[in-house]
Amino acid sequence: MAENKQSAEVIVSDVHKKIRAAFEAFDFESNNTVDAREIGTIVYSLGCFPFQKDLHDFISQVEENHSGYVHLDKFLPAMTKVLMEHKFPPIPEDLLLQAFEVLDKEKKGYLQPEELTKYMTQEGEPFTQEEMDEMLTALADHEKNHIYYKDLISQLTIDPDM
Amino acid sequence: MGCGTSVATETQGKRVETDEAVKTPTPALTMKAAVLIQRWYRRYVARLEMRRRYTWNIFQSIEYAGEQDQLQLSSFFSFMLDNFTQLNGNGPDLISQLLDPVVDPWLDRETCYNLIPVPESYTGPRLSFPLSVSDTNALLSAFKEQQTLHARYVLQLLYETKKLLKQMPNIIHLSTSYTKEITICGDLHGRLDDLLLIFYKNGLPSAETPYVFNGDFVDRGKKSIEVVILLFAYLLLYPDYMHLNRGNHEDHIMNLRYGFTKEVMQKYKTHGREILQLFQDIFSLLPVATVIDGKILIVHGGISDQTDLDFLSSIERHKVKSALRFPRRSLEQLDLGQSYRQAKRMRSTDSSRPSSSRSHSKNQRTPNLRKRRCGLSRQDSAASISSSSSSSSSSSSLCSPRTPSCLSPRPCPSSPSMPYTVNVLQVPFLDSLSSVPPPSPPQHEREWKQVVDILWSDPKTQDGCSPNTFRGGGCYFGPDVTQRLLLQHGLQLLIRSHECKQEGYELCHGGQVITIFSASNYYEEGSNRGAYIKLGRELVPRFYQYQVSRTTRKLTLTQRVRAAEGSALRALKEKLFAHRSELMAGFQQYDQNNTGSVSVSEWAQVLESVLRLDVPWRTLRPHLTRLAPDGSVEYQSCFEDMGPGIPLPQVTPNLAETLFRYRTDIEIIFNIIDKDHSGLISTEEFRHTWRLFSAHLGVDIDDRAIDDLARSIDFNKDGSIDFTEFLEAFRVVHKLDNKDQQLNGKT
Repeated sequence: MAENKQSAEVIVSDVHKKIRAAFEAFDFESNNTVDAREIGTIVYSLGCFPFQKDLHDFISQVEENHSGYVHLDKFLPAMTKVLMEHKFPPIPEDLLLQAFEVLDKEKKGYLQPEELTKYMTQEGEPFTQEEMDEMLTALADHEKNHIYYKDLISQLTIDPDM
Repeated sequence: MGCGTSVATETQGKRVETDEAVKTPTPALTMKAAVLIQRWYRRYVARLEMRRRYTWNIFQSIEYAGEQDQLQLSSFFSFMLDNFTQLNGNGPDLISQLLDPVVDPWLDRETCYNLIPVPESYTGPRLSFPLSVSDTNALLSAFKEQQTLHARYVLQLLYETKKLLKQMPNIIHLSTSYTKEITICGDLHGRLDDLLLIFYKNGLPSAETPYVFNGDFVDRGKKSIEVVILLFAYLLLYPDYMHLNRGNHEDHIMNLRYGFTKEVMQKYKTHGREILQLFQDIFSLLPVATVIDGKILIVHGGISDQTDLDFLSSIERHKVKSALRFPRRSLEQLDLGQSYRQAKRMRSTDSSRPSSSRSHSKNQRTPNLRKRRCGLSRQDSAASISSSSSSSSSSSSLCSPRTPSCLSPRPCPSSPSMPYTVNVLQVPFLDSLSSVPPPSPPQHEREWKQVVDILWSDPKTQDGCSPNTFRGGGCYFGPDVTQRLLLQHGLQLLIRSHECKQEGYELCHGGQVITIFSASNYYEEGSNRGAYIKLGRELVPRFYQYQVSRTTRKLTLTQRVRAAEGSALRALKEKLFAHRSELMAGFQQYDQNNTGSVSVSEWAQVLESVLRLDVPWRTLRPHLTRLAPDGSVEYQSCFEDMGPGIPLPQVTPNLAETLFRYRTDIEIIFNIIDKDHSGLISTEEFRHTWRLFSAHLGVDIDDRAIDDLARSIDFNKDGSIDFTEFLEAFRVVHKLDNKDQQLNGKT
């Protein structure tokens, strides 16, 4: 029993450390405050996959009185809860593959940049032009300009560090 | 859109749908698929962004830590100057020959460069003065083709530049009324590619395209000479349309450490010293500020709460040769007997000051900028070493007041690491020497401070003005200081450089301060963009960004992050290696049973306290060390993939580590000693220098160990040491280099 309690404490402490480290990367003035617009990046980098709406809800939860800033005091407990309860779990690879296959109507095995652009900028939670440009540069095969999604999924999901 | 349904249900639902709707996905399904991909991709980018920031932190921490070392080196030079007049027993003091301005009658003669023959075989530009556009074009094409300008023309160019600069005021006033837009560029740091890119994108300097270059033209980059020659050439060609501000790297002591001196010596073996002497004068003659339309102030670093533009206009700027050499007081100004009595009094009050200094630095710690945090504790010892080095052994030389205490509060010079028993005669300041404190510090010290503040200060977000103890000069100035100064002089904007910014520029103080930085990829390929500002009659700044790229193919964010990250991690690992014994001692304190492992927290703790670099150790741990199966850190694995460049001569570990750590500084010292640039110094010189340096550092090195070392590296026993080869042994090599490169080859 005592052991379990201890390991639970250790787990929480580790989670706290992870959250702090991610938070600190954006705490430019070392006063435990970050710009609310960076929260999305922080949450994603901690391994969570919220929908935009959920993310906005979360941000309004932790933001300081519409100041545009978030303080660690509020962020830490809220984020700990998110992580401990696995609130925004990651997307399994096979699901991702299916998603791509849905978009790949002709079942070619790849997507044309125009196709992907259409979906990413018009459907769902649309990308900005900048996001789209970056995605195309990163994902498109350089010779044929096709996006071979099967290879990409495993490559880009590998998380060697955090 | 997922409106609150649990993820499990969604997953299930989606799978069923997919099986059924193979040929015709419903719009709802398509949208779900899109959302999934978008979320996945955004998360991926966020992780990259995180890594990019960590990498940035590492570079910045190491850079600022390096500046601390700079303090170390310059205080060492002062120490040597004050205590040792002759290194080899006969002949004048080698160090002061290089560091102090020598009035060389030969250099001031107008036709000195005419005596230098230019061989027929020289295919580079042959400049004719006064310069014309064909000369500057010739320089541009020559430098693009990696040619070097002949020393004769360099000297003539420099001499002409010096003549021109002497006529210029401290503050240049420009107006936009009669010209088109003015282009303002920041730090270039010897990056010729960036300068050429700016000229390509924006146009060459001319009446239609006037420029202001805001300092730091040299050091760090490999083409400082080319950059500065081009800038000076355009200055001579168009003195009304080309304007240069001095930066903190336009300083001969900074040049010693950050590469400009070395570059000059390497490219100009015979005339290097003369060229450097001219640069020293020219740098101190550069104007310190530019004002546009009486509304926009441009300086390299920033301001302090004591910045007074009117006073600044009136000073003799060329007297401030280097920010790191405080103005020496002349003998006549002080009564030696009185100073001795005062010094005795100072020592008795010493005990009260350490505590105040410690609390001062503690207060500094809490509200301040992240990147400064790491340096503050280390600064205590550095500052105290530097202040304690203001000592005087001979009665003929007074110590140079290293820490003008009346000008800025500083820690007291009672350092535990004071290694030498030299009579430390503190002559801190005028207010402690005369019975009646003067109304203000002496003129030349005020002048010095005005200039140093302009060249070295950084903005901070909180109000107030505190000494920039990290950089060792200048201040951190808050928005209130900016506001006050702008109001006082009827200005509306401050443009400065001095700090690298990821986007090439950054606004702060509510838009009243702009930082502009023009050296892209400053830390590493892909680390940051460069930028310049264009200002028209309406005085609204427009920003133009760019990034020099060595590859023809556009790098993806992933590749850029990986490249920068790899480089940052290597630099970090070298730091670990150079502090190996301290780190091991720290680890072993936590590992009393010699298991070879400690917990992750303990590991991070040791690193933080020894290295004092503000980097996220826990997050970087996977890149730096191995974990044992039970999750603890096998600390020895930190040092595994690094080793010395070539087989080490027989040295004790302590000595070896010091050599690794201070390799750059030692190299500089050797280069100074090696007057004829032969690459050799005598064993006696080596021994003497080494003893001094290690005494200064407080490293306990056995005399015999030094002698053995000297003997062992004097390979042909002829009394001289090839120090290049010697230093090669102490260059850290990453054993897994080739392997890393192969891995990085893939996306």
